Order: sequence, then C-alpha cells, then structure tokens
Amino acid sequence: MKVKKFFLYLFLTVVSFISIFPFLWMVISMTNKSVEITKGRLLPGNYLIENLKNLFASYDIATALWNSFIVAFVTTILAILVASLAGYGFEIHRSRGKNIVFNILLLSLMIPFASIMIPLYRMFGKITPYAPAIGIDTLAAVILPSITTAFLIFFFRQNTKMFSKELIEAGRIDGLSELGIFFRIFIPSMKNTYAAAAIITFMTSWNNYMWPLVILQSTEKKTIPLLISNLGAAYAPDYGVIYTAIVIATLPTALIFFLLQKHFVAGMMGSVKG
Amino acid sequence: MICIFYFYPMIQALILSFQSGMGNNLQYVGFDNYFRLFKDPTFISALKNTFIYLIFQVPIMLFLALVLATLLNSPNLKFRGFFRTAIFLPAVTSLVAYSVIFKYLFATDGLINQFLMMIHLVHEPINWITHPFWAKVTIIIAITWRWTGYNMVFYLASLQNIDKSIYEAAKIDGASPIQQFFLVTIPMLKPIILFTTITSTIGTLQLFDEVMNITYGGPGNATITISQYIYNLSFEYTPDFGYAATVSYVILILIVILSIIQFKVSGD
Repeated sequence: MKVKKFFLYLFLTVVSFISIFPFLWMVISMTNKSVEITKGRLLPGNYLIENLKNLFASYDIATALWNSFIVAFVTTILAILVASLAGYGFEIHRSRGKNIVFNILLLSLMIPFASIMIPLYRMFGKITPYAPAIGIDTLAAVILPSITTAFLIFFFRQNTKMFSKELIEAGRIDGLSELGIFFRIFIPSMKNTYAAAAIITFMTSWNNYMWPLVILQSTEKKTIPLLISNLGAAYAPDYGVIYTAIVIATLPTALIFFLLQKHFVAGMMGSVKG
Repeated sequence: MICIFYFYPMIQALILSFQSGMGNNLQYVGFDNYFRLFKDPTFISALKNTFIYLIFQVPIMLFLALVLATLLNSPNLKFRGFFRTAIFLPAVTSLVAYSVIFKYLFATDGLINQFLMMIHLVHEPINWITHPFWAKVTIIIAITWRWTGYNMVFYLASLQNIDKSIYEAAKIDGASPIQQFFLVTIPMLKPIILFTTITSTIGTLQLFDEVMNITYGGPGNATITISQYIYNLSFEYTPDFGYAATVSYVILILIVILSIIQFKVSGD
C-alpha cells in the first residue's frame, strides 16, 4: 500500500513539475542575460532591469499591450452582453422554431476559423473604402467577428437553466420590464456564470493570433501575440528580452484567472451539470 | 451576427472554391481546384500530418487527462489543490507564448537536450525542430502539455457528479481500482468523453499557432497543417484565394465526418 502511495505521489509530482517548469523557466530567464540562458542557467540572475529596458527600447510593447487590452476588453463586454441576452432569450422565452434556430447556431461551432478567414478578409477588404474605421488594419475588424460565438450562447443557455423562473414572475408582478428583469435580477444573480464567461472570452481574445495576423498590417496596430511571434522569429534572438516579453504578455490572463478562479470553477460546473 | 460572420463567409468560401487566379482576379474554373488537391504534395503532407497529430495526440492526451482527474478526485489525497492548479496552469498561457518557449526548450542546444545529455539518455543532441520525425514529436508534446489540464477540468467536474455509492458497490463486488476505472468511471463519463473528443478533434484539425511558431511547418513541410497551408496559400505565397478556399472546405468536411463518426461510435 505504501509503495503504491509513493508512486502515486511521485507520478503527480512529476506531472506537476512538467506542467510548471516552462513557467519557472520563463520567469528565471527573465532575470538572466541571453548568453546565460543558452547555457541553461537555472538560477535567477540580476539582469531583469536591463532586459526590461532593452525590451521597451527596441520594441513598442506598450502599444501592443494597449491594443491587446482594448481588443480583449471590448470583445469581452460586447460578447458577454450579446451571448447572455441570447442564451437567456433561448431559455426563458417560448417561440416557435426556437430549437431549430439554436441547433443551426450550434452548427457554427463546427466551422473552423481557417475556412472562413479568407471570405472574412475579403469582406473587410470590400468595406474598407466605405468605412475605413472598421476596415482592414483596424482593431474594430479584430473585434467584430468575435462578438458573437455560439459557444458562449450555449454556455449561457445551459446556465440559465439553473436560474429560478419564480424570480422572473416576481419581477413581472413588481412591474419590471423584460430588459429590467434581465439587468436587475438576472445579471446580479448569475455572477459566477458571468465571471467564467468573462475569463474565457478575455483569455481567448487576448491570446487570439490567426485573425489579427491576417487583418492587422501596420506595426502600431499589432497585438501582443503578433509581437511575441515576431520576437520569436528573430534571426539572432535576445532570449532575455523575449522571455521578459512573454512573461509580461502572460501576466494579465494568469492574474485574472487566479483572482476569479473560484467563480470560474463554479461557473463551469453549472454548464457541465445542465 | 452569426450569419454575417459565419454562414455568409461559408457560402462565399464555397463560391470561391470554384474560382482560381491571383489575388482578386478570379475566374470560375469548376471543379479544377478540387482535382488539384489530389496532385498537390504540400496538401497531402498537410493532410497526413494533421491525421498523425489526431491519431496520436488526442487519445494520449484524453487518456492522461482522465487518469489524472480520477487520481485527483480521490478525497484522501494530500495537496490536491496544488496538483490540480499546477496541472491546469498550462491552459492559462497563450498559444503563441508557450510555442515560443517550447521552440527554445527543444532547440538543438536547448535545455531539453542539455538535460537528456546530462542524464546520459542520449549522447548527442536530438534535432527536435529540424528533423522531420522529431519535429512532429515536439508538436505533439507541446499540444499535450498545453491541453491535458484543460480537459482534466471537464472530467473532474463531471466526476464530482457521479454517485459515490456506485463505487462502493463495485468495491463490494471485488473490483480493483483499475477495474473500477475501466468499468465504472469511463462508462459513466461517456458523454463528457465524447464532448472532449469532438472539441479536441476540431482543435487539432485547426492547429495553427503552434506549428507556425515552433517549426513554421518545417522542416520541408514535415509539420505543416491544413490551417497553415491555407494561411500560406492566401498570405505567404502569391495569393490564390480560390484554391485556399477549396482547401478550407476539406477541413470543414473532415470535421463534419469525424464528428458524425464519433457520435455513432458512442451510440448516442
């Protein structure tokens, strides 16, 4: 029995170590010189300030962070608002053909992004002369296609099933409008669901790579994954600077995740149970 | 909105797939693009690579996730919270960021090789990124690292919904932990296993960020995926949107076929 236990813990420790190691490695490397990193130095050094200085001097990482933040923030707010209204509507209101529409919606989950990327790109290309503000090479063009996702609507619909219908009745009797019920009763009582959805959307959007790569062209519009990818492709890379950039790019999503972890788990449970 | 950004482009892509030409000068060519697929070596390697990832990576990852979830679900395990968080951690990283880290870890003079040589497992460094076979292995290791914890969370969540008395009954009937795993856990989790299989299949068929940033599809298209080929056809080579759209329909058709098979196999 004891031997078995030992192997169980050994196995879990090894798997955990493998999972954590790349994080340790990037944080350690952030404080070392490029040469030492190639030598495989595993101890923290005192090169952090230097790496930070070099990073901010050679690359416009501040702009990239700002662009990513705008994209992720706006996408999250709009996507959640649209998806929760839709999910709520699908679950609460009875109308004919509702399930057919919902099933068609779910089909879009199967559409790979790569297969709609070219028509989307051409679509934005066509509207660029008429509406340059939302055309190619704008952050708006990055945001627009990710506002509506069938996954989020599905997620909200599943979670709405747990929402008590009596509360809606009570709201109606108290004379609240349908939107009033939604904003005053539904949103406050579904905090966990909103938190989980917000984490997922913010992370996906912050880390989105393929579509920004296609639609953004000028350097000052680039988001953080594009910048990291560029750094990684450099011919003579300064590893210290690259790892510093990667840590900075990972921090926001990691922080958000850890701060909201409890809500996240609670919110996910709701969607699995349904 | 879904119509504008998903279904309308799908129809556009279908129309495009019957056209050919450079950039925006497109003409109808009928099924020419579809015939071209069969004679296109890059497309065939992209298709082959994607299937290799699918056949090896998805089962390994899901099985590992299931085993880990079962182990971490046992209530008398110490440091449960720590193990769970640690194993889920990779799912928080951006695909591009972790790809770049893996590219350096697996470089010929990278840390993995230094370690393997230190423990005398290999005598000379493995060319992880530049050897056709090892490059595929690297990609598979990378995706497994990133997504195992993510899938584990789904299993953990549904394991908590299984009634404990079923396990007690199995124990009384004399089932060993391993028998319990195969005879109780797996059948009980069937719906969620189906769900993770389908999402992982769809994810693998769309694989892009990792190959783009770790191997750039190389060496000599040994790791290229369908998504990256579509990207290359449209934005790297002389743009041929029509042919790229044809290739993109192949992914869609594959996803539909594989999802149907998975539904049928699971018997729901």
